[in-house]
Amino acid sequence: MANADLIVIQGSNMAECHPVGFQWVTEAKQRGAKVIHVDPRFTRTSAVADKHITIRAGSDIVLLGALINHMIENELWFKEYVTHYTNAAHLISEGYSGPEDLDGLFSGYDDDLQGYNNETWQYEKDPEAADGIAKDMTLQHPRSVFQILKRHYSRYTPEAVEDMAGISQKDFKYLADAFAENSTRDKTTCVAYALGWTQHSMGSQFIRTAAILQLLMGNMGRPGGGIMALRGHATIQGSTDIPTLFNLLPGYLPFPVAGKHDTLQDYFDEAFPQDQKGFWHNGNAYMISLLKAWFGDAATAENDYAYHYLPRLTGAHGTYQTLMRMFDKGVDGYFVLGQNPAVGSANGRMQRMGMANLKWMVVRDFQQIETATWWRDGPEIQTGELKTEEIDTEVFFMPAANHTEKAGTFTQTQRLVQWRHQAVTPPGDARSELEFFHELGKRLRERLKDSTDPRDRPLLDMTWDYPVDEHGEPDAEAVMKEINGYYTSGPDAGKPLDNFNQMKPDGSTAGGCWIYTGVYAGGVNRAALRVPGDKQDEMANKWAWAWPANRRILYNRASADPEGKPWSERKKLIWWDEDETKWVGNDTPDFPIDRAPNAKTQKGIFGPDALAGDDPFIMQTDGKGWLFAPMGMKDGPLPTHYEPAESPVSNSLYPQQESPSRLLITAEGNQLAPASGNPGSEVFPHVFTTYRLTEHHTAGGMSRFLPYLSELQPEMFCEVSEELAEEFGLEPYGWATIISPRGAIEARVLVTQRMKPVRAGGKTIHQIGLPYHWGVGKEALITGDGANDLLGMTLDPNVFIQSAKAVACAIQPGRRPRGEALVEFVNDYRDRAGITPMTGQSRLTYERDPETMKIAEPPTLSEPEHHEGDKLV
Amino acid sequence: MFDFREKPGQLIDAHGQDTERKGFFTDTSICIGCKACEVACKEWNQVPMEGNLELLESSYDNTGGLGANTWRHVAFIEQDEEQIEKARDSGQKLISLGMPSIGAPETREKDTAKHIGMPEFGSPGTRIKEKVDNPPNPDTPEFRWLMSSDVCKHCTFAGCLDVCPTGALYRTEYGTVVVQDDICNGCGTCVAGCPFGVIERRDTGTIHTKPDRVDSRYAMDVKHEGTANKCTLCYDRLVDDQVPACAQTCPTTSIKFGNQSEMVESAVERVTTMHAQGSTEARLYGANTNDGVGGIGSVFLLLDEPEVYGLPPDPQVPTKDLPQMYKKVGIAAAGMLAAAATAFVGARKK
Repeated sequence: MANADLIVIQGSNMAECHPVGFQWVTEAKQRGAKVIHVDPRFTRTSAVADKHITIRAGSDIVLLGALINHMIENELWFKEYVTHYTNAAHLISEGYSGPEDLDGLFSGYDDDLQGYNNETWQYEKDPEAADGIAKDMTLQHPRSVFQILKRHYSRYTPEAVEDMAGISQKDFKYLADAFAENSTRDKTTCVAYALGWTQHSMGSQFIRTAAILQLLMGNMGRPGGGIMALRGHATIQGSTDIPTLFNLLPGYLPFPVAGKHDTLQDYFDEAFPQDQKGFWHNGNAYMISLLKAWFGDAATAENDYAYHYLPRLTGAHGTYQTLMRMFDKGVDGYFVLGQNPAVGSANGRMQRMGMANLKWMVVRDFQQIETATWWRDGPEIQTGELKTEEIDTEVFFMPAANHTEKAGTFTQTQRLVQWRHQAVTPPGDARSELEFFHELGKRLRERLKDSTDPRDRPLLDMTWDYPVDEHGEPDAEAVMKEINGYYTSGPDAGKPLDNFNQMKPDGSTAGGCWIYTGVYAGGVNRAALRVPGDKQDEMANKWAWAWPANRRILYNRASADPEGKPWSERKKLIWWDEDETKWVGNDTPDFPIDRAPNAKTQKGIFGPDALAGDDPFIMQTDGKGWLFAPMGMKDGPLPTHYEPAESPVSNSLYPQQESPSRLLITAEGNQLAPASGNPGSEVFPHVFTTYRLTEHHTAGGMSRFLPYLSELQPEMFCEVSEELAEEFGLEPYGWATIISPRGAIEARVLVTQRMKPVRAGGKTIHQIGLPYHWGVGKEALITGDGANDLLGMTLDPNVFIQSAKAVACAIQPGRRPRGEALVEFVNDYRDRAGITPMTGQSRLTYERDPETMKIAEPPTLSEPEHHEGDKLV
Repeated sequence: MFDFREKPGQLIDAHGQDTERKGFFTDTSICIGCKACEVACKEWNQVPMEGNLELLESSYDNTGGLGANTWRHVAFIEQDEEQIEKARDSGQKLISLGMPSIGAPETREKDTAKHIGMPEFGSPGTRIKEKVDNPPNPDTPEFRWLMSSDVCKHCTFAGCLDVCPTGALYRTEYGTVVVQDDICNGCGTCVAGCPFGVIERRDTGTIHTKPDRVDSRYAMDVKHEGTANKCTLCYDRLVDDQVPACAQTCPTTSIKFGNQSEMVESAVERVTTMHAQGSTEARLYGANTNDGVGGIGSVFLLLDEPEVYGLPPDPQVPTKDLPQMYKKVGIAAAGMLAAAATAFVGARKK
């Protein structure tokens, strides 16, 4: 980021939520970069940016789509980069049609699938082409990705931005000009986002839009370019690499599905097709090495490396689906580690009510967080909805060691794996997660040691032999060695692997996470390397270790032109050395090291060997950056603007209000407000957005129990504009009650010019800010109502994340009712809006012809509203 | 009064080595208001928490100001366009006049060099790098949110130190001013002696908030109750060649630490750059050795008048006039003696 010429921060409050990483934004600024912050609120990030642009929450695709349109219309895109490095020239199958043709839908919509079948989104085949894909290198073919893209975004105009995103044409021009000026051979633009983009029912598509823009402008794989996904906590990146997600195995290998992947071969056939380019071709070796790491000698060629020991997915098992199963008594026990769902997860009331259906739960934390105490002092005890003596859930609280009390690694935003040494031993009964699970595994195995039940074999056969110190703490480095991988046989047996290319699909290697291979190369803990910045070059390759293969910038082949020369001296990173006939430079090349820039794909050759010299995106099946995504996205191959659930604004771009493939959870307690245009929508006219403050940590488990942090932000508050305060009689620093169809909370009122109402869809929309750190309980030093009690569970169909950034609400002055009266108060609001559990649950806004999928009688879309004074001159 | 600036040899550490005066440069233009400085300071120095755990009703500031229990304090100031323009003009004026707007306007022009918070800014042959006549107009925002981390100034002429009757306050080998808690008797004279309102006595207080209560699990072991407390510039870290906790933790290097002369130098450089970029609202505070406290050890770059940040525009050490006062007292005493003597002489004559 320090190398960027322009940094656009959108969907992130980086200075507040990633203050340490923000040093690189400060550094870039001091080197002359411009920083633009696009956000519904003026935050501490805006305060140090060159420019803050207020956006209506949830309208990001309108703005980014308009930037794409602007760049194409004005010929500002990076032609050489786009033609060679993206799939712009690829042709899409004849069956494809998009929202322009289908009144806001893509082809393949199927109500039974609750989404799309992507058959028609595929590339057109060309048996003559070496890679089998039909192309038009002039980008003129109407079915070329470029032309489809151009047509798709043609309605995303500055006028549409003004009308839907509430951004003046003057501000749009400022952003577009800055973006274009700083995306050239000589300059790069970096986009940074965080949960302001992910926590929407279309969050993945927000990010995709930015990816398209960055590819069009030639900013990917280059110094100071790219998209910075600002990950939360210390090792959220690590917890997706070695996942705490239900649908992934370590290293982003897909999780096997029951009935579909019964044998290892079934799994390989679907997960790693052998007739495509790129490194996923070698997925077999990564998977078999993983099975060897987990099951050791019990994993043999004869038994498919114990593949049958792995559980199979029978559906979605995300946190919200698991919660809903609790209500069906489908979940007996629940482990809660490093999380405080009673405060931190969407729809807090349902989270707590759900846990009351468990037989037992284990909470491991530093303090008795609200998730450990809801059964005696949670909000539902106060309202009488739960009675302590009637709750059967047995709650076990186990004190946890903190980060200074245990060794291990954190993997941060830049994929840097950094070692953490143990400073002190944990106090009292506190233990590390490593010790807890190692011990739990040991005890379970001991209990089962005489079992003949085949279902116990996986547990008994797994490798579980980590050495422990005198306190019983397993050696974290031994775990790292297993993750790194090692030879299981042959002359090097036991020796750590140096890189993932050494992994073999024959059981001769083991490795717990292929992308981490190399972190322990040569038996050296490379995560613990700490050569100071002034003792090495700017890439700082000797500070910790980045996956994969210590590459600091992914897809860095794109930092050089198709001939292998840097795009410019100023932005050079790696290049092709004619004399040495290999890629050289300041970073580890993210490309086959000896693949010449002019190398062509050969027919009948697949995998990494098939990558042409101008295929920088080595993980993609065609080696190209995807402007159009033939697969991988459940809700469409091109990002399209739909309104968030329960939006007070009507979608003026398409006659389809909400994303038809959003994931809905239909349940009492998870009711939605009527969307704009429906009766009752006026009851919840405002939009609130939830967020964090620098002073607190997520649901407060690590901050509301600490005096030094509590005193800095002691009370729950809401941030409102002067206009909203005036209109609804909200007193500065007085109390307000915020109501959604799920609940009502109270907060102190911060009236500030940092909040501004926006004009969108012909209406004035008030946006209310709600930090979500507080929770109701008796243990924390500071307590307060939890903003997440207002959230519903409407999810992104790709990643199952909740929509938390643009939610409908009402506000009134004063404190909320107490006890039972609170339930009645919320019921009353729901009744006034005529809400039932089915409100907002229909996927298609209008009835459509089942054959053509077109709307029989399309409505007239409202004309964009123009604002006097903001016009372009 | 002891002027250590003129006797650099006085800055000698315990091993007899010459040391340099240490200080901060707090560049508020890159402060992100994270308050990590406040927390790191409290953690390192074991300063107790303060306040009643209620909103202070002052934007994101909930600790209020410097005091016995807050040795670094981040101020938050919300301003609209009009105030931004005013700040830009007043900053620009500093250059045109060759001086900062400190002190009442009418006194400024007479005594320019003495009242300024900026070192010889704009005057001939000085450290201003280049004067920009028509600075570019930056993207003037409609609104801004100023953040600034305040700290003890470690004055060249330190009022607190001058008035301390017990010798608890002393000048260290780093040119900083530190309270020795085992000597301080809690008389509180220093509190009135500080022109910035920094030093304060740590009281036990009469209101017991949740963490104060004896039975609270949050009860803290409060040290040095009843004695004067303030920033030590992390004296105990300096002796080990460590950076003070606040500067060490500051993620954006808004708080810089080093030799005081170099801090002033980089402050001058920074303000020059900012003016060249059109940010004429930038000005230095406490970098001038001719001000009422002889310059300070912790200089600031501010984006508006000092008053906006709660800083006195023209701080004066209360002991500044002591020498003259002593002289006058001496003369008066001599006069009285003479009068008395005359009286006796006269009496004898009778």
